[in-house]
Amino acid sequence: MDTSSVTADGSACISERQNSILTTGKSKSSIHCADDSLAGSVSQRACVFCGARVVLNPVTDAAHLVHGPIGCATYTWDIRGSLSSGSEMYRNSFSTDMKERDVVFGGEKKLATCIDEIVSKYHPPAIFVYSTCVSGMIGDDIIAVCKAASERHATDVIPVESSGFLSGNKVVGYRAAAIALMQLIKPREGETVEKTRKLNFLGEYNLGGEKWVVERYLREIGIEINVAFTGDSTVAALKQAPGACLNLVQCTGSMHWVAMSLEQEYGTPYQDVNFFGSANTAESLRKIAQFYGEPEIIRRTEALIDREQARIQPVLQKYRKKLAGKRAAIYVGGAFKAVAIIRQLKELGMEIVLTGTQTGKKEEYDNLSTLLDPGTIIIDDANPAELEKFLLEKNVDVMAGGVKERVLAYKLGIGFVDHNHDRKDGLAGFDGAVRFAREVYVTTCSPVWGQLKAAGRRA
Amino acid sequence: METVATQKVKQVNENQCQQCMPLGGVVVFKGIENAMVLVHGSQGCSTYMRLTNVEHYNEPVDIASSALNEKQAIYGGEANLHKALDNVIRVYGPKVIGVLTTCLTETMGEDLERLVATYRQNRGITTVDIIPVATPSYSGTQTEGFWAATRQLVAYYAKPAERHNRINVIIPHISPADIREIKRIFELFGLEYTMLPDYSMTLDRPYGGQYQKVPPGGTQTQDIAHMSGARATIQFGLTCPDNLSPGLLLEQEFGVPLHNLPLPFGLQNMDRLVETLEKLSGRSFPECLERERGWLLDGMADSHKFNADGRPIVYGEPELVYAFSGICVENGATPVVIASGTKSHQLTGLLATLLADADVQPEVLEETDFAAIDDAGVLHGANIAIGHSGGKFLTERRGMPLIRVGFPIHDRTGGQRVLSAGYTGTLAFLDRFTNALLETKYESYRELRKEEMGIKEGA
Repeated sequence: MDTSSVTADGSACISERQNSILTTGKSKSSIHCADDSLAGSVSQRACVFCGARVVLNPVTDAAHLVHGPIGCATYTWDIRGSLSSGSEMYRNSFSTDMKERDVVFGGEKKLATCIDEIVSKYHPPAIFVYSTCVSGMIGDDIIAVCKAASERHATDVIPVESSGFLSGNKVVGYRAAAIALMQLIKPREGETVEKTRKLNFLGEYNLGGEKWVVERYLREIGIEINVAFTGDSTVAALKQAPGACLNLVQCTGSMHWVAMSLEQEYGTPYQDVNFFGSANTAESLRKIAQFYGEPEIIRRTEALIDREQARIQPVLQKYRKKLAGKRAAIYVGGAFKAVAIIRQLKELGMEIVLTGTQTGKKEEYDNLSTLLDPGTIIIDDANPAELEKFLLEKNVDVMAGGVKERVLAYKLGIGFVDHNHDRKDGLAGFDGAVRFAREVYVTTCSPVWGQLKAAGRRA
Repeated sequence: METVATQKVKQVNENQCQQCMPLGGVVVFKGIENAMVLVHGSQGCSTYMRLTNVEHYNEPVDIASSALNEKQAIYGGEANLHKALDNVIRVYGPKVIGVLTTCLTETMGEDLERLVATYRQNRGITTVDIIPVATPSYSGTQTEGFWAATRQLVAYYAKPAERHNRINVIIPHISPADIREIKRIFELFGLEYTMLPDYSMTLDRPYGGQYQKVPPGGTQTQDIAHMSGARATIQFGLTCPDNLSPGLLLEQEFGVPLHNLPLPFGLQNMDRLVETLEKLSGRSFPECLERERGWLLDGMADSHKFNADGRPIVYGEPELVYAFSGICVENGATPVVIASGTKSHQLTGLLATLLADADVQPEVLEETDFAAIDDAGVLHGANIAIGHSGGKFLTERRGMPLIRVGFPIHDRTGGQRVLSAGYTGTLAFLDRFTNALLETKYESYRELRKEEMGIKEGA
């Protein structure tokens, strides 16, 4: 029996979390990451179900049915700022609203009825059925229910095995979503999808219309997007995914596995891209042009980059003058986003003093470290106490992150840049880089911080 | 005429009107001095609840989780719960920890009382009160969670105490601004009181001073202990179920007379509170309240013809729905739809009395969703809605203005400052309501008249 006494020692850091925090240039060992959150540490992470839900949600004409008690559906209703050029179906949130009786006697019958109701009211081309903690715990066979419903209605009813308690947080949910997508796009027996010269854009969720921005660039250089996974996608368009000649992967955390699977099953090669920041955007366009290898495409790409850079660099320089030397912190969901932000803040002449992610992997952290100056704090799966400690210690001027980090930053009198999945403004491409720089500027250099400091002195 | 509640016949819940049960409990514990909350379940639940609270209150709202995964889901979550309690005590140093169950741990059958007792014994904890509350969302919504946690606090602390002169004030989930207004009214009558819960400072912190992880403010536990000796309890809980009623517990166990009142939103409801306070204090109507009442009456007269054009949908938690329906009725804007995601045994009866003289009876929906609310609104020609941000779709899809009250308000700022209590708050609400109707009217009447008369440009 453990009889050790427990007392508040006032320190922000729990000893078991020491290996999840390192300082670049000082720590010899690798960061401890990709593990379950420590109980009671007030992690900023969500759950497996959330991971699956955010990846699939932008499939615009699909119905999304959450099999569980009400909360899981409520909290993820219209959760992303993903835009649609057509159907708004995805912005509805369907729940089987499991009650005590369903928990005791099983929820399969109710699930089947709910699917029937959705089909008869909306006739969606596909329904994604998500399992949650409770439906997983009581062992409802959602695969069997979905299979029967698929046959009954001659439509795609796809199970997403995303019980919230599964080990491994959102990343496991990304995989559950990926498996569901692979199931959806699998051609029926005897059917094949013809190869084209179009490309798929994986890990792009059309937040604030970002997919459309990239689509416009690609069209200009003579390349068409087949379908994005999953921003502004439709079920019919996703089913054409095997016809692409190339897969671009942007958000690697959610889509790397899909890219590998598509390569294995349909022989489509893939390459990583990143359309956040002007340098990343230019680099990504060049990579794509190289893949096609046609002189005309390459010529148009260079022309586009020259034109856009000439247009935006003077604007960025203005912001750079205001922001150079300011100290920034980054805490975001995945490493892809952290890398994108680090590069952009550096282009603005800023110093990164703290960074971290909810779900980064070891290789990703190793890569991250190479981008950072010695003495930068890196935290995996941070909590508010740690963020508070380092934001203050490192004298941070501005932080980039999600909603939960925003309120903490403001309480500490620190500027904040929203880089979360419910943002309304697109940050991709050349114009997105300007918008990002502007947001960093307006929050870092806002007059309110001066007033707040004055108020602090009075107190 | 009798008000009939429409039964929900469909199984699927389409766009949720309610939140989950532990969420209500979280808010209650945030209103207790030096308290922290721990949610016993998978990591996602606590993060979702943090997000919802953060978006509404614009304050850091730290909630710990026992972060269970599949192993503990099978073998039990005791070790995780104990570790979580250790870490919460270390980092936050609270005096009170509210431990709320989730759908997962309830389905697992975790015996929380026992787990907590073992923990206290093993660790020799004497200075931290650990208070478990059962909050399975398959049996209730945030409304029941709020009452259950409040009642549990009373049950935990209240011991037979000497009679004293204070009044117990028990509130449902209202805004910090409302709490402050109710406190001011009690003070105007010279009454001493214990407000339970009181998150008026903890979830709406003034800027300044050093940031504290557990913000100062909240109901003191020794005051809760003394609630048993109070002269009377005023509970704003007409719709509170008896088995969850803190006021009823104090009356039955300790003989504290219970005045169960409607929220003091609206002229008549506020008059009822004033009447009760006059009796309890022996003082007559304070002059400043008399003036505020006069301003309200003056405003009601000025706006009554505009308000008569209102055909409101009122939705949300039962206690708020009843109060705001009252304001509508006394201003001649009888609701056409009254709806709650919660099932209440009292609401329908209360509404029948309130609407006894109404020309046309509204459709009353309980345990409902926004699909049903929207259908009913279209059927009955609704032109304005009153409730939380979930109703944003009524604006998007039907073009009707939404007066944001209740919880959560995530798409506008200042949810914590929305004032509806007292004569002053009622008038503030009424002005918002009237002005929304006027805005619609002035924007559309020229075109409407032309359309009606078939007037075409240049004709």
